[in-house]
This record gives sequence, structure tokens and C-alpha cells, in this order.
Amino acid sequence: MTSLPSPAPDRQFTRLLGQIGYGLAALAITLLGLMLVTFLIGRVVPTDPVLSIVGERATPAQIAAIREKLGLDLPLWQQFFIYVRDAVQGDLGNSIRTGKSVTSEIARYFPATLELATLGTIFGTLVGVPAGVLAATRPGSLADQIVRVVGLMGYSMPVFWLGLIGLLVFYGQLDWVSGPGRLDPTYDMMMEFTLTTYTGMILIDAALNGAWDVFGNAVSHIILPAGLLGYVSMAYISRMTRSFMMNELGQEYITTARVKGMPEWRVIWVHAMKNVLVPLITVIALSYAYLLEGSVLTETIFAWPGLGSYITDALFANDMPAVLGGTVVVGVVFVTLNMASDILYRLVDPRARI
Amino acid sequence: MSLLEVRNLRVTFDTETGPVQAVRGVSFSLGRERLGIVGESGSGKTMTGRAVLRLIRPPGRIEAEAMTFDGQDILNMPEREMRALRGKRIGMVMQDPKYSLNPVMTVGRQLTEGLRLRDRLGRADAVAKAIAALEAVQIRDPHRVMDAYPHELSGGMGQRVMIAMMLIPEPDLLIADEPTSALDVTVQAEVLSILDGLVRDRGMGLIFISHDLRLVARFCDRVLVMHKGLVVEEIAAANLLAAKHPYTQGLLNCLPRIGGPRGPLPVLDRTGV
Repeated sequence: MTSLPSPAPDRQFTRLLGQIGYGLAALAITLLGLMLVTFLIGRVVPTDPVLSIVGERATPAQIAAIREKLGLDLPLWQQFFIYVRDAVQGDLGNSIRTGKSVTSEIARYFPATLELATLGTIFGTLVGVPAGVLAATRPGSLADQIVRVVGLMGYSMPVFWLGLIGLLVFYGQLDWVSGPGRLDPTYDMMMEFTLTTYTGMILIDAALNGAWDVFGNAVSHIILPAGLLGYVSMAYISRMTRSFMMNELGQEYITTARVKGMPEWRVIWVHAMKNVLVPLITVIALSYAYLLEGSVLTETIFAWPGLGSYITDALFANDMPAVLGGTVVVGVVFVTLNMASDILYRLVDPRARI
Repeated sequence: MSLLEVRNLRVTFDTETGPVQAVRGVSFSLGRERLGIVGESGSGKTMTGRAVLRLIRPPGRIEAEAMTFDGQDILNMPEREMRALRGKRIGMVMQDPKYSLNPVMTVGRQLTEGLRLRDRLGRADAVAKAIAALEAVQIRDPHRVMDAYPHELSGGMGQRVMIAMMLIPEPDLLIADEPTSALDVTVQAEVLSILDGLVRDRGMGLIFISHDLRLVARFCDRVLVMHKGLVVEEIAAANLLAAKHPYTQGLLNCLPRIGGPRGPLPVLDRTGV
């Protein structure tokens, strides 16, 4: 009789730790590569950061002094080494535009994106997964058609147009929600001066401070852009859920579950769903990462001070340290989410735990 | 009274190019005996087995003049009652345990699921019953198998697990759909003898679906030969070699015989049927 390769639980745990360590190493290498590429692009573009600091009438001596101060006179590899060394310590340099530290600026902008993207992904998942399952279990039905058409609209309609229509209808006409921005000006001042900042995410900070009026105002501001992003990710998630679920429902183990007399809800939500989760985790993580990169269009329309608009503004102002810093943060987010989904994947799929 | 009575069963699939009949009027009755259904692929034998469990999904349709199990009309039975019948009184073992076991659930969970949900047993009782079932299919380290995932089992082990799972509720009828076709020849014999022993001991009815004439002849009391959705011959297994129908004779002629001529085997003549 065959024996089973079934290691003891503590060995499995060690193996999981090993995988996490391996993941962290991969993360470091990926980030190093990303920094190298962005760094080189930043240095190769034919613009001179010194000129934008000193102005056009500076003397060659002044230019040389600034160049030396910024470290631009050093060889490229040394500049990169210094950049990485500082970045590891959390210093991404100073913005040329504002003169402030890029790290502290990103620390202000990123929570806005994080808040929006997280809510959007939660919406998208909570609506998209059940919608996809509904469509998959009744292919060709009215429900299926509706899910598909609504999803297709989310795919094909430009986000800025949907955002403008949303503002026009729900803010302009119906007045159900608040307009652009994260808060009304009054609440913004309250937030700034009287409340303690914990995370930079207004919903969480307001709740922690017990400032429920601020919280309510923030909700009325975020609901439309988050709903919009949620709609876009819902379109993607529901479509993928539908196709994964249809694939699983055609498998033989589903017949087994039915032969055992399992009720249909259990067949779908336990037997099939456990298998659907395996690829779905990656889909949701990717769509979350996509939103976290900062959706420039949405952030522009809703005057949302997030990472997307930060990087775009920096690009237009030729503010390379800021662009570089923003890109590195996006890279960290992407790689981290990938790693998280890899770990989750192993947790739900025993075949991946090798 | 017979356990299962099927009269003029038809299974139809509505496709874009019109209805396709996979089963075109099959009748048989079954007591607590072992009935073999043989035929080539596409002959409708699998669909016949699944129709008895009412597991044909749309766009497939099941029609029949009558289909009764233990006196109950299972053709028009509400889905709820049908579900209570499945698993509990009729079980089915499928071809390949690689696909018929849920890949992301442990064997233990799949074995105890029915006991816990349907019979409302506590965890410990359910586990004890499952382990007894694994021992009944001659698995020597049932505790380890309980914690294993299907991909960690060999084909023969997987199929034993499948048999154990279906026999836990002690059904009156077991449908075995090509239960050994995905297994190695040596393992086939083992699994078959386990299945045979359990079916005999518990006095179940068995429908044994296979494309392997010899296997069916050795293993069953009675054989239905199916071709293109119809039963072309019904014969006692012992008399199989004396089959009258040209299709059955054709099938038998295709089998190699020890000591027989070494020339190429005849190919089935499908024109006359």
C-alpha cells in the first residue's frame, strides 16, 4: 500500500515560514530592480533638476555648488547606492517643487488612495462575487444577462465620464452625496487642528476620535468615488467569478457532492467556492493593486488628493525625486499584494503547498 | 418487488442544432442483484446511470414512462425528497478519483460531511464512522488518510475512499460507473474485490457500468448491452458467450483470447446495427 507524504503540522509551519522568508527576499530583489529602472529613467531624461532650483540666471559656480549639494557630481552607481541607502532608511529625498521630504508628502497622499481603493475593492468584491455566482448558476437566465450587461458597461465606459455623470446626478441634481474633496472645508479644518491623526485615513481617524460628524461627512464624500471604483472592479470580479464558477460546476467532484445529497447552496458555496477562491484571490489582489496605484482620472475628477494625482502633478512639474518616490511606493504595494495573494493561495490550495 | 424499475427512459439534450438523444428508451428492472451495463463510449450507459439519480443538468432532460425506486416514483419526486434519497439510499462511484474528490477538502471532511449535515452526528461520532468505513475498504492507516488531501492519494486509494464515502450511509443501490477504468490492472482487481465483498455482505443492488465485457461478465449476474442509446441485448452473465445479438457477438469477437490466432483482431462492424 502506498504511504502518504503528510508531514507533521510543525514541519508544515516551518515550511510556511520558509516560504514567507523566500517571499521577502524576492520582494527585496524586485524592489531593487524597480528602483534601478526608475532611477535610471529619472537620470536619463533630458531635464536638469539643478536648473529648476537655481533658475536661468545662475552663475556656473552656483550651478556647480547645487550640483555638488544634490550629489549629482558623483558617478551614477554611487548616486544610486546613496539613493537606495537613504530609501531603506525611509528617506526618498526632497521634492524639487516644494522642498519638503518626499516621504512625508507620500505619507499624506497615500492614505487617501488607500482609503478609496480599499472601500472600492470591498464594494467590488461584496457585489461582484455573489453576482458572478448568481450568473454562473443560472447561465442564460435574465439574472445572468443583467450581470453581464452591467459588467460590460463597467468595462467599457470611461471612468471619467461615469464620474462626471455620477457627480451630476447624485451631487448636482439629487444632492444625495457631497461633492469633490475628502471633506467639507469646515470639517477639514476640524480634522486638521482638533483631531489626532492616527492613520491619515479620515474614516478611521474620525472614528477613533469619536468625531462622528466628521465621519458622516467623510462618508458622504467618499461614497461616490468609492462606488465608482467599486463598480469598475465589480465588473472585472463578477466576470471572472462567473467563469471560474462555471468551470468548477462542470467538474466531477460537484457531481459527487450532489450524489451525497448535499443541498445546492452547499454544493455551490462550499464545494465549488473553495475551488473558485484559488484563482479568485489573485484576481481580487490584482484589482486592488490596480486601484492602489492611484486612479488618476477618478482622483482628478473628485479632487481626491491621492497618490495618482501626486505622481501626475510631480511628473508635470519635472519633480523627479517625487516621481521616483511615488513609483517606489506603488512598486512596494504591488509586490506586497502579490506576495500576500501568494500566501493566501497556498492556504486555500493544498496542492500549492509543496 | 424490484428495487428499481425503469421503463422507456429517454435522456435528451437540447442543443442549438436540435435535440440529441443520448438514451432512447431504456427499460430494465433491478432487484438486490448485480446488473452490468456495457457498451462503447457514447452508448448512453453513463447517462442511464445518472438519470436514475436525476443528475442530468440542463440542457439535458429526463423522460420516462415510469421510474420507481423501492415503490416511490423518482421521476416526478420533488428535488427535496430526491436529495434525501441520493447518498442515503442510492450512491454512485465514479470513474476517476482524481476528479471525483474535491481537491481542496481533506478526505476526512468529505467523508464526514454527510454524517454531520444530514444525520446531525457530532464530530467524534462522524469521525469514528468514517474511520470504520475506511477500514472496511481495507485502508490500513485510516487516520492518516483522513487528514490527507485527494492529490496525496494514489488512484487505488482514492477509489477506495470514494467507495467508503458512498457506502457510509449504507445505501440500497450503488451505481458504479467505470469504477476501475482509471486504475492500474493490479489495483483494479483489488478495488473490484473490495467492492464485490461489500455489495454481497450488505445485500445491495448494484449497477455496474463498464466498457469491459469480460469484467462485467465475471462480476455481474445480468448484463445489459447498450448501443446508441438503446439496450440491444439483455442476458445472464453466465450465458454471455452465447449472445445472440450481432452487436454483442461483434463486441465479443474483438476480445483477444489466450491461445487464439495471432492475427489482427476484428474491428466492430457498426453498419448492421
